[in-house]
Amino acid sequence: MADKKRIDEVTGVSTAGHEWDGIEELDNPMPRWWLWAFYASIAWGVVYVVLFPAWPLVHGATQGVLGWSSHGQFEKELAADQLKKAPIRAAIDRTPIEQIPDNPALFEAAVEGGRSAFKVHCVQCHGSGAAGGKGYPNLNDDDWLWGGNIAEIHYTIAHGVRNPDHDKTRLSQMPAFGRDGILQPEEVSDVVSYVRLISKQEQASPSAQRGAKIFADNCAVCHGTRGEGNRQFGAPKLSDAIWLYGGDRDALTASVTNARYGVMPAWGARLDPVTIKMLATYVHALGGGEALPDKATARPAAAGKATQDVKD
Amino acid sequence: MTQEKLLAKVGLWLVVALLALVAAALAKDHAYAVQMIIIMIVALGGAAVTMHRADYEAMAGLVVRPPQRVDVYDDDPIRWGVLATVFWAIAGFSAGLFIALQLVFPALNFGSEFTTFGRLRPLHTSVVIFAFGGNALIATSFYVVQRTCRARLAFPSLARFVFWGYQLFLVLAASGYVLGITESREYAEPEWIADLWLLVVWVAYGVVFIGTLARRNEPHIYVANWFYLSFIISIAMLHVVNNLAIPVSIFSSKSYSLFAGVQDALTQWWYGHNAVAFFLTVPFLAMMYYFVPKQAERPVYSYRLSILHFWSLIFIYIWAGPHHLHYTALPDWAQTLGMVFSVILWMPSWGGMINGLMTLNGAWDKIRTDPIIRMMVFALAFYGMATFEGPMMSIKAVNSLSHYTDWTIGHVHAAALGWNGMITFAALYYLTPRLWGRQRLYSIRMVNWHFWLATAGIVLYASSMWVAGIMQGLMWREYGSNGYLVYAFAEVVAAMKPYYFIRAMGGVLYLAGGAVMICNIWLTIIGRQRREAPMNNPAFDPARDRPILPVAAE
Repeated sequence: MADKKRIDEVTGVSTAGHEWDGIEELDNPMPRWWLWAFYASIAWGVVYVVLFPAWPLVHGATQGVLGWSSHGQFEKELAADQLKKAPIRAAIDRTPIEQIPDNPALFEAAVEGGRSAFKVHCVQCHGSGAAGGKGYPNLNDDDWLWGGNIAEIHYTIAHGVRNPDHDKTRLSQMPAFGRDGILQPEEVSDVVSYVRLISKQEQASPSAQRGAKIFADNCAVCHGTRGEGNRQFGAPKLSDAIWLYGGDRDALTASVTNARYGVMPAWGARLDPVTIKMLATYVHALGGGEALPDKATARPAAAGKATQDVKD
Repeated sequence: MTQEKLLAKVGLWLVVALLALVAAALAKDHAYAVQMIIIMIVALGGAAVTMHRADYEAMAGLVVRPPQRVDVYDDDPIRWGVLATVFWAIAGFSAGLFIALQLVFPALNFGSEFTTFGRLRPLHTSVVIFAFGGNALIATSFYVVQRTCRARLAFPSLARFVFWGYQLFLVLAASGYVLGITESREYAEPEWIADLWLLVVWVAYGVVFIGTLARRNEPHIYVANWFYLSFIISIAMLHVVNNLAIPVSIFSSKSYSLFAGVQDALTQWWYGHNAVAFFLTVPFLAMMYYFVPKQAERPVYSYRLSILHFWSLIFIYIWAGPHHLHYTALPDWAQTLGMVFSVILWMPSWGGMINGLMTLNGAWDKIRTDPIIRMMVFALAFYGMATFEGPMMSIKAVNSLSHYTDWTIGHVHAAALGWNGMITFAALYYLTPRLWGRQRLYSIRMVNWHFWLATAGIVLYASSMWVAGIMQGLMWREYGSNGYLVYAFAEVVAAMKPYYFIRAMGGVLYLAGGAVMICNIWLTIIGRQRREAPMNNPAFDPARDRPILPVAAE
């Protein structure tokens, strides 16, 4: 190999003396900066493996002189976070849900914590903006199925809706009028016409006229004589433009024929009581929260302000 | 070939076809049956081709054929490899573009399980890595090893088996993904049947390559061949260990890993990271070590650097896998070692970049005049960027932000599109005129177009994913002043949408570059040459090349 060494004319550097298919190699030294950076990274590595857990042993591994561990770091951060939140959480725990909006410090903490919990547990159905979707109510408006004051919302979150194996859950069941043969298909069609008449989607018609009678006999007991709804049974208001499953003929026909049975988990079984209170406060403050019955005159202004804060 | 040998060969194909048919009939799942039918069709095709191509006149003794020429290199499998590389490139880039668009327009999933992102994503990654990259590596390794050993391929029939066997593996793997067959191990998704077949092909590949090295007529083994050799050996080891599994039945496509829990995860990422190391880095450096000095017509910069960076690279890379499992159930000590080895890997990786770039010493002007050199330099620059970014992302503090985000996607695509893609395109442009005996490419200017389309695509891709990934990581960990998380997961997804669109547009440009390459390579192969002005032709007008003389007043 040595005998084929030559000086490269362009760079003035000797070749290493080998040649393959016309390719030669110059005998340049390794760039110093490269070599020293390589040595430095090795030196850093040696120090690092002394400081941190690194070497596997027969039982366990070296712990490192700093005593750091990823679980230790996690526990520390968690403990610090819990310590920081402890006073406000304890205060929320002590305060009845109805009084939280009256205390600005508690209210702000509850809305923030509620928003965060909502974005983990509730957005899958109600959407990240709480606007809901087909079968999942919009929580931003003032149209409530089971009640819109903070205590009612708290109850609904804690006990869920039509939740099996839970005594205190919100429960009601609409009959499947078509499927179970209570109404004939043409009767279903007539009552749909009537519902669309009272919701101002269709003009008066003979069908709607027949439907009015059917509605009075079968539906009014829950949905009210004029379709105003009944929160005791979670029966939706039928005379407005807000629909849980759709207000067109097809959706309404499906609802009357097969009924609906929307379910929500009983979050009280999964989340701690403070988080449930925070969620209730957050949902109540989204925009449509109603005043408590006995404080009807005092609340609306405060609720309006809270909504503004949340949007900011 | 004698008549008996022909009969035996055709008989063997038919036996394989029959066995495949029996296996299809006994299949325990639909996908397995489809795969067996594919094998049966391939075997019947093999029998038909064998019969069609047999030389019946010579067999009957009517003519005497001259013996095969041995004074030229054995380039048939390399020519097929170039065509396969180009074909799979377009398939893989298109699949990538399609799934990128699915992320922006979910309707493109078409509501069918065969076209969901989950099935097409491994199709994309496997096709670009193993089909496009793999074919390029096998073809260039056969080309380089013959030339730098000054010897023909050992075992020519085995080399042909390697090419076709590898294509069968790719077809089994790709069709399997669409049918829902997967081991759920990233970059090792093919199930046990395809895995075993690949093992057979890979051993044959090793035999051909090592056999050729053993027959070399040069005293020393060229550096490119060290890299190819370490690629072949390491991939065999990684493939075997990571795919150790027990099939549910030999008539089922499903198998279960021999490992469980965190051991399984560590085995997978030991494999996964070394797929990056020994499939996407080491053998592509081998390509660099041959094609850069050939195209630049300059000696390799430093022999000593090539030795040190080769050994340090392959020794250190193999330990870096645990950095994929930071802050998981993996014990802290393993995470530390993964991170430390990844950081120390920085300089050994850069050794290859330095040696490649500095080889242009004395030929820097060619970056301006030769778009193939420009592609090579660009590839090395992106190799350098990616091998700096990788060690940086392996640091726990950085990884806690970057892990699980699209920053990782940006990182691997900067490397894959910039480094692997560009160096492969350059090698294809080098090889095509030489393999088909053409004076030059159809068009050098189209190479320039390809270069700029691909570069613009990479810039859109990498920058959008960097921004998106870092934004995503920051949003996930954003806490409000009260100490509660601020964003829902879906809100982060919504924030990513514009960046996903920009990324897809980057893919459009990169694929457009690939289309330009197909035209150029195809027209070169059929022997056309575009009449075009050379790339470096500064205008010179002798009439204007003179001073302005004072004009006497009238």
